[in-house]
Amino acid sequence: MSSKNGKFTGAHYLDGDHACAEGAIAAGCNFVAGYPITPSTEVVERLAWRFPNTGGTFIQMEDEIASSIAIQGAVWGGAKAMTVSSGPGISLMMEHIGLAAMAEVPCVFVNVQRGGPSTGLPTLPAQADMMQARWGSHGDYEIIALAPNSPQECFDYIIRAFNLSEKYRVPVMFMMDESIGHMTEKVVIPAQDKVEVTPRRFTSLPPGDYLPFRPGDDMVPEMTKAGEGHRIHISGLTHDEKGYPVMNADCQDRLVRRLVDKIRKNVDDISFFEEDKVDGADVVVVSYGITSRVTTRAVRDARNKGIKVGHLRLGVVWPFPEGHIRALASRIGAFVVPEINLGQIVYEVERCAGGQCKTVSVSHAGGTVHDPTVIYDSIMEAAK
Amino acid sequence: MTATAEIENPVEKYLRMDRIPHIWCPGCGIGTTVNCFVRAIERGKVDLEKLAIVSGIGCSGRVAGYLNFDSFHTTHGRAIPFATGLKLANPELKVVVYSGEGDLIAIGGNHFMHAARRNIDLTVICINNFNYAMTGGQVSPTTPVDAVGTTAPFGVCERPFNLPFLAESCGAVYVARWTTNHVRQTAKAMAEAMNKKGFSFVEVLSPCPTLYERRNRLGSGLDRMLWFKENTVIEHGADTRTCDIEFQKKIICGKFVDVERPSLVDQMEAKRASITGRS
Repeated sequence: MSSKNGKFTGAHYLDGDHACAEGAIAAGCNFVAGYPITPSTEVVERLAWRFPNTGGTFIQMEDEIASSIAIQGAVWGGAKAMTVSSGPGISLMMEHIGLAAMAEVPCVFVNVQRGGPSTGLPTLPAQADMMQARWGSHGDYEIIALAPNSPQECFDYIIRAFNLSEKYRVPVMFMMDESIGHMTEKVVIPAQDKVEVTPRRFTSLPPGDYLPFRPGDDMVPEMTKAGEGHRIHISGLTHDEKGYPVMNADCQDRLVRRLVDKIRKNVDDISFFEEDKVDGADVVVVSYGITSRVTTRAVRDARNKGIKVGHLRLGVVWPFPEGHIRALASRIGAFVVPEINLGQIVYEVERCAGGQCKTVSVSHAGGTVHDPTVIYDSIMEAAK
Repeated sequence: MTATAEIENPVEKYLRMDRIPHIWCPGCGIGTTVNCFVRAIERGKVDLEKLAIVSGIGCSGRVAGYLNFDSFHTTHGRAIPFATGLKLANPELKVVVYSGEGDLIAIGGNHFMHAARRNIDLTVICINNFNYAMTGGQVSPTTPVDAVGTTAPFGVCERPFNLPFLAESCGAVYVARWTTNHVRQTAKAMAEAMNKKGFSFVEVLSPCPTLYERRNRLGSGLDRMLWFKENTVIEHGADTRTCDIEFQKKIICGKFVDVERPSLVDQMEAKRASITGRS
């Protein structure tokens, strides 16, 4: 069903890319800049088709570098904005992920992951950009990253991604993969009044009083937009609360620690994960994205063999739920971490486990999903 | 209070005086262009609350930081795509991109071409001082053949860009070139550009006495201004193909292009109306 303002409701049969586009519309996104790249192109195609009726603006830019900064200009123009890409394009965007972190620009970067490095496997899945999402731009900073595992979650989680970006004035990485992007399933779009949307935290302070980088009690400064009389100055240089460049170690320390702490110290608020029979488990599989669905089968088969195996599925991968993993590690024999890369999040798990239990990587170079028997074998081995 | 304290420079109200003194060297022309710019704002009756300045990185990229408007100091080469998003998100804004030739034409060259092609409603002011000054005097895409820079110590051997020709051929609807010696003409061109619908482009040639003039033994900032005075010819409507700049040869200045073409904002609005009108 389509309502007067062009927003859809009800049950639809959508692939993950299209569901992501619909979720962005439901979240209030009204500006998208993008550049074609497999396997993410369907997201922007859908938005180019849908935006005229929902009041949004789509522009196909000349490259991903342009896309990743056009959205930030749009945010300062008052829009809710995102860009969409995959491996090579995301690599080009890295400098602007740093700018968004530094200038505290709420926006969303969708990465429909494909096999890499370089041009790699354009039409096939991987989860090998998880560390890039966290560390790809230079300098110290923090972002938030979500990992959906179905078209329905592409819809639901992209709304959550926009909400988190507004709440924390931070860029949010939306880590899909080719298999989810191109998987078609039922997607239920709730009535608009049932969609929880976090509004931008616009300041109510008058010009002269408002400072674009003066943090509130939660370490997050309020927002404004151009044309409101605030005469803001926004810079990627190290800056004071006014936004003016200050080139010294004190200002750097104050700013960068706050950028990092506003995320790290709110990890419990941001984190989101699902647990299945983790209490009393000997082995816990930690998974995210498409791999969590393959893991479900491996876990079921292991349980049928009498193994006490739990499944922890990360909805938010960054910031990493350090405390939770550390506490779990003290109660179990082993973590098993399957992911479509040669070991990325497994090192976070291992770091947090801190030697309290074994950590087993179930790696995969990409191109398809794991064979569930490989994960099953790792669970059985870890349970010994 | 002393008598001098009561005198306010007429451009002060447009500047972030709490950031003065600026970083520019004695004899540099960038400050002169800023002076021209604020006079252009007055002359063009620009709504100050709806004016946004976007700069990239470099000496000219610092302009955004000194102007007391909504101002954005973005990343190297990317002022134009940032400005594109800003303008499309709020078409009521008057968005001016103010940066140098290395930023706009080298690393940002692709964005420049496409913004002109789209005819997006932006004014681009390019301060051309023939080198990368912030980083110490490396050659840029406009350094003339035979001029030297730290990365071409034996002289440039590749052809530089002719910026008015580049802008016109990509689709700019307003193109002018002046020097910092032409302060009235520069201010007038900036005002006209800001009141032009679509993609307008003003190139301002500027001295960089600390680096370009010194390394090329062209004297001081003042010497360069005198050289500009004696070696520029004003030729409004000149064929931009003839506007190449050769080392220490006559330079053609003037307003070269002033044409009408539907702007991107207008075309997007028309397209949206045609789509939603059908549904």
